[in-house]
Amino acid sequence: MLQLLWVVPALPAAGFVLLALLNRRLSRRAAALIGAGSVGLSAVVAILVAASFITSPPPGEAYRQVLWTWFDTGGLAPQIAFYLDAMSVIFILVITVVGFLIHLYSTEFMERDEGFTRFFIYMNLFVASMLVLVLADNLLLLYLGWEGVGLCSYLLISFWQRDLQSVYAGRKAFIVTRVGDTALIVGLFLLFTQLHTLEIQPLMAGAAKEWAAGSGFAVAAAALLLGGAVGKSAQLPLQTWLPDAMAGPTPVSALIHAATMVTAGVYLIARTNVLYTLAPDVRLAVAIVGTVTLLYACFSALAQHDIKRVLAYSTMSQIGYMFLALGVAGWSAAIFHFMTHAFFKALLFLAAGVVIEALGGEHDIFKMGGLRRKLPAAFWAFVIGAASLSAMPLVTSGFYSKDLIIETSLGAVDGNAWLWLGALAGSLLTSVYAFRVVFVVFFGDPQTPVTRRPRWRMLLPLYVLSALSVIGGFVWLPQWMGGFHPLEDFLDTALPVTQRVAGSFAYTGVSALLTSLVTVIGVALATVWLVESRAALKDVAARPTPHAVQDFWLHGWGFDWLYEHVFVLPVKWFARVARDDLVEPAFSGLAWLNVQAWRALSASQNGLLRVYIGVAGVGLAVIVAFVVLR
Amino acid sequence: MTTLFYIAAVVAVLATILVITRSNLVHALLYLVVSLFAVAVVFYTLGAPFVAALEVIVYAGAIMMVFVFAVMLLNVSADSPLRVPPSAWIGPLVLVAVLLAELIYGIGLSNHALQAGEVGPQQVSEALFGPYVLGVELASMLLLAALIGARHIAAQPEGPALEDPQLSGEEPDARADEGGEA
Amino acid sequence: MAAVSLDHGLILAAILFVIGFVGLLTRRNLIVVLACIEIMLNAAGLAFVVAGARWGRPDGQVMFLFVLAMAAAEVAVGLALAIRFQQSLGRLDVDDADEMKG
Repeated sequence: MLQLLWVVPALPAAGFVLLALLNRRLSRRAAALIGAGSVGLSAVVAILVAASFITSPPPGEAYRQVLWTWFDTGGLAPQIAFYLDAMSVIFILVITVVGFLIHLYSTEFMERDEGFTRFFIYMNLFVASMLVLVLADNLLLLYLGWEGVGLCSYLLISFWQRDLQSVYAGRKAFIVTRVGDTALIVGLFLLFTQLHTLEIQPLMAGAAKEWAAGSGFAVAAAALLLGGAVGKSAQLPLQTWLPDAMAGPTPVSALIHAATMVTAGVYLIARTNVLYTLAPDVRLAVAIVGTVTLLYACFSALAQHDIKRVLAYSTMSQIGYMFLALGVAGWSAAIFHFMTHAFFKALLFLAAGVVIEALGGEHDIFKMGGLRRKLPAAFWAFVIGAASLSAMPLVTSGFYSKDLIIETSLGAVDGNAWLWLGALAGSLLTSVYAFRVVFVVFFGDPQTPVTRRPRWRMLLPLYVLSALSVIGGFVWLPQWMGGFHPLEDFLDTALPVTQRVAGSFAYTGVSALLTSLVTVIGVALATVWLVESRAALKDVAARPTPHAVQDFWLHGWGFDWLYEHVFVLPVKWFARVARDDLVEPAFSGLAWLNVQAWRALSASQNGLLRVYIGVAGVGLAVIVAFVVLR
Repeated sequence: MTTLFYIAAVVAVLATILVITRSNLVHALLYLVVSLFAVAVVFYTLGAPFVAALEVIVYAGAIMMVFVFAVMLLNVSADSPLRVPPSAWIGPLVLVAVLLAELIYGIGLSNHALQAGEVGPQQVSEALFGPYVLGVELASMLLLAALIGARHIAAQPEGPALEDPQLSGEEPDARADEGGEA
Repeated sequence: MAAVSLDHGLILAAILFVIGFVGLLTRRNLIVVLACIEIMLNAAGLAFVVAGARWGRPDGQVMFLFVLAMAAAEVAVGLALAIRFQQSLGRLDVDDADEMKG
């Protein structure tokens, strides 16, 4: 069964090729069938492969499948080879299953769009690239997948090509992530020139052997890879693209900017965890980046009006949690949260998509209201998603994974009270902003009429993801609940075990209590304000802070303004200055000189006898001078 | 003799300067005649009496007369209105100053004396009909060509400036006829 | 006759030549221009005679004779041209004849 591994990325790739070749000749049904079907089949194969892997694990807990050698030059001979271990299994399951649900949803969501087939071309390419990324045996192939998802992200964000805002958003996403990609490729150069291989397992072994802990190379490589991860995962300082990326269709936001592409950074760091173990300072930086980003994003989410932007900032902050986990060497915890986050974030986005479509394209939450009765499926889906996001105690998957991260941030050897406090505060804010949206959108008086209702293809994914958001957490129960953690045991075959401070396990119960408390307080606050007045919820960020601060958070703490003035405007100015070819004047200057000389010489031909004789006289004087002065 | 040379030289230079600065055309020509006379004296002091005489007879006598005739023919007004602004003199003056300096530098001031004794007409004639006879023949051909050329160039079918038919070469036959009948 | 200095004679010739040249460059009346040419020719002839007298040979005077003949020929043709000049251009301004301009 494991030999079927290559089929998993091949099926969406085949779907992509087929759709691209037959583009105009396909009916909507056929395109939907190929587009969603390829991912569905891939999901089936992935489940089979995973089942085979879990029930009869291959030797060394990892399976490697070589397809062919990509190229062979100058000592670099990367192969198209896939590497399957516990972590990859989780990733391919999430990507294909959640991806399939979203594709199914899209067949109805995009049914009125004239670019229907084009949408599935890009989506299939995306899924194929993402699968290549997580299955790649060597960093070059991973980079291929990395670039592929970046390309698809750009194509899909600017999917509605005639809308200028979408196009700008796509361009911005591409450019900002490019900055990260450059850091990543430089990191790859460094690794290759120092360790002479890019295959991940030999690379990690080589690094562990040759580089001492804290050595310059390890730090540089880890930092560069972190740069790449930060760009793709929209963490500070390369996070400005994610909120604007919401200009794309909602399924795109669900798949790419919530469940999969933005987690590529998390995957990268987890995969190369040896480097981060060798460079503890960089790993601390990872944790700090994660914590700061999650707080930044929570505050920003509090002030947003657009429902998708709230969810975008929410994604940013949840990935901050994953980075935090990675930073304190909670590798498996980060993967666990990735999985639950994929479930509930996709659920939230899909539910938001139902609402947006139902109201005819309205994104502003203050133009929504009272949808509780009109769209019950969306309502319950959104509530379950928001609860999971807020880590509602015991009944949601988000609780287990987020709680794990929070208590690991304190209990791990590299844990830190500040990180823990940050994570806790973030959790409070998360529940506030999540339920703010729930109350504004689904309670109160209707503002905009419902014009379109979802049908089974949009509802089924909601049901499935709701179920997963509830039960998905039960695969790793915390210590105080009995220590049933098959997921942890499974992931421990691939990732290093988190090192904990002695005796920290005793406090997991207390930690869970605190987490729960914080969540409940947040919801309570939101409820209080709801009861008080709807206007109170609108300005929730304004209490207790003044309007200027709310505006500041609304615009993402001014990062866009900062980058615009520091980077974009100077480049534009320079482009404007250099637009009239700078080298041109050198050549046209020559021509000008010639013309001037011509004018001068022309003027000397003035037809006057006296002038001609005078010139001859000058010549005479020169010649006589030569003769006389010789 | 040397004194005479210097006096004549000074006269020549002054007269020549006056030639080029007079606005009255006839005055300028007359000053030129004076200059030519002075140069003839210079020739005499150099021991070349033959060319001194030639200078007077041919140059000052014939050539300048032709000038005067042409002036009368062309009816040029006495005061030529063609004035040149003083600023136009600067360039040429600079140029010739440079030229003169170079020439004087080239000539040097070595004070070679000339051979005493004059070269009289006899010697010149012997040279002319001896080694230079070919040049003499060519010079006469040149003059013939100039004569014919000048007659043709100056002749025109009609022309307001030529009022005196006697000077035009156009109607010798008519004149002859008229003279014959009358 | 006491000897006259060779160099002084040549310098006189140079001065006369140069004066003629200045006149040539400055004056606009065609007749004056022709007169200046005569001045220059005369100066050149003077230089020849001086050179001949230096060696006590008649060759210098012979050359002067030829220069004289040439000057006469040139004056004849030149004045004829001056007559045509006035007929076609109306006056004797050298600057009027600028059709070779450009």
